[in-house]
Amino acid sequence: MFPTRHFIRIGLLVSIYLAYSISAIAGNDTASLLRLATTTSTANSGLMEYLLPEFTRDTAIEVQIIAVGTGKALRLGRDGDVDAVLVHAKKAEQAFIDAGFGVDRADVMYNDFVLIGSPDDPAHISGSQTVIEALEKVRDTKSAFISRGDDSGTHKKEMSLWQKTNYSPQGDWYKSVGQGMGKVIQIANELGAYTMTDRGTWLAYQSKSNLALLYQGDPALFNPYGIIAVNPKRHAHVNYEGTKSLISWLTSSKGQRMIGEFMVNGEKLFVPGAR
Amino acid sequence: MDVLIASTLEAFRLLFSGNAEIWEIIGISFRVSTLAILLAIPPALIIAFVLAYGNFFGRRFLISLFNTFLSIPAVVIGLTLFIVLSRQGPMGDLGLLFTQTAMMMGQFILCLPILIAMAHTSFQAADRRAWETARTLGANRFYAFVTVLYEIRFGLLAAMLAAYGRIISEVGASMMLGGNIAHYTRNIPTAIALETSKGNFAEGIALGVVLLFLAFVLNGLLHHVQGKGSIHP
Repeated sequence: MFPTRHFIRIGLLVSIYLAYSISAIAGNDTASLLRLATTTSTANSGLMEYLLPEFTRDTAIEVQIIAVGTGKALRLGRDGDVDAVLVHAKKAEQAFIDAGFGVDRADVMYNDFVLIGSPDDPAHISGSQTVIEALEKVRDTKSAFISRGDDSGTHKKEMSLWQKTNYSPQGDWYKSVGQGMGKVIQIANELGAYTMTDRGTWLAYQSKSNLALLYQGDPALFNPYGIIAVNPKRHAHVNYEGTKSLISWLTSSKGQRMIGEFMVNGEKLFVPGAR
Repeated sequence: MDVLIASTLEAFRLLFSGNAEIWEIIGISFRVSTLAILLAIPPALIIAFVLAYGNFFGRRFLISLFNTFLSIPAVVIGLTLFIVLSRQGPMGDLGLLFTQTAMMMGQFILCLPILIAMAHTSFQAADRRAWETARTLGANRFYAFVTVLYEIRFGLLAAMLAAYGRIISEVGASMMLGGNIAHYTRNIPTAIALETSKGNFAEGIALGVVLLFLAFVLNGLLHHVQGKGSIHP
């Protein structure tokens, strides 16, 4: 009627495969594992892939990176879905700690934000005295501007700068796209629009883009990164010991030296900033 | 156009130069999706069989329900499972979020309605007499069930291929549930999304080529099996 033997044989093979796969998947969860939620700016630039293998060699702790915007990273930390967060949004970080979600914040490094746009600079922002003046010029000429719009550290920074212009940006020229930094640079590139980016991502994308760096250097564009451990009192399951090792390694002279030496396309991306 | 050609050439170079990272991503994709569909097939077949041959109150409603599930966006399944698996959620204690198991669960839920809907159609199209004959000849319920399965094997195979195609190319749920962690939960679709956002189009296309190639092989396989079926009915 039907070849029963085939079914048995197939069934046997399938069970062996299932058993193998389940054991392989289960085997991935080890005690010396650390989950770090970080921003797309540190992950997409390649900094983490450069630092973490060395950390794993020194401490035998494996780190898994989840690259999201600062807003989501803090949310993951608050819910205890990660062990630590490495983000750049001072105010939001302070609120996170004040609410008891995180402990042991440490400064790790900094870079800065820059304004980029089409090289012909239709709003003539390149000669501006301050970043506020540059943004006002963009607004006054209604030149296209791409905003992250994703509650990331970069987006929070951009919004705080617009606030200082006493004007909440709106209109056809202001496009909130809700995507990561790299994507936003690509969109700005396609539309010949202005945008604000952290220098790290800009250096990583510069060669793939027709845009030019048009404004930099205002102290208001300073962009410090901090690492925060998820509060073990709120979430007993977090790998707090591992996080402490990571924090002390990143702020050690070795970690700081490596951060300072990290280069993309021959340019340094981050300045070590541990105190 | 130049970018497209250059990226495609670079893609083939990456694939065949044995780039370990790309092959690791491919391996993760296959392991997770294959496991998900293998776990989904047995319950799906039983549910489809009961829906087709059973006669109980609410049967039509259930059929409509599973057909509706076909159109749920993957990200909605991803988000729902994310909330359930998050440490704040009802299953948070298991610590499954951002693991391959979580991705597998998402894909399991995604492929289940496809398997059920398509298998249900096959069961309905099958000659009911196969079941009755088997039962008359003394087969118990299980063997009669297997007999019917064998009768509609081509329809079932098509269902499995369609379901596999959906889950192995799905990005939304995998991204949310796996977190796109390198060497662990980074599969083909999430890697394509990442590489594209980084402007590395060659890597993205290389992985796209793998998916296309897989679709081609699977379809060829189906065609082959169906061809055999027509010679030896």
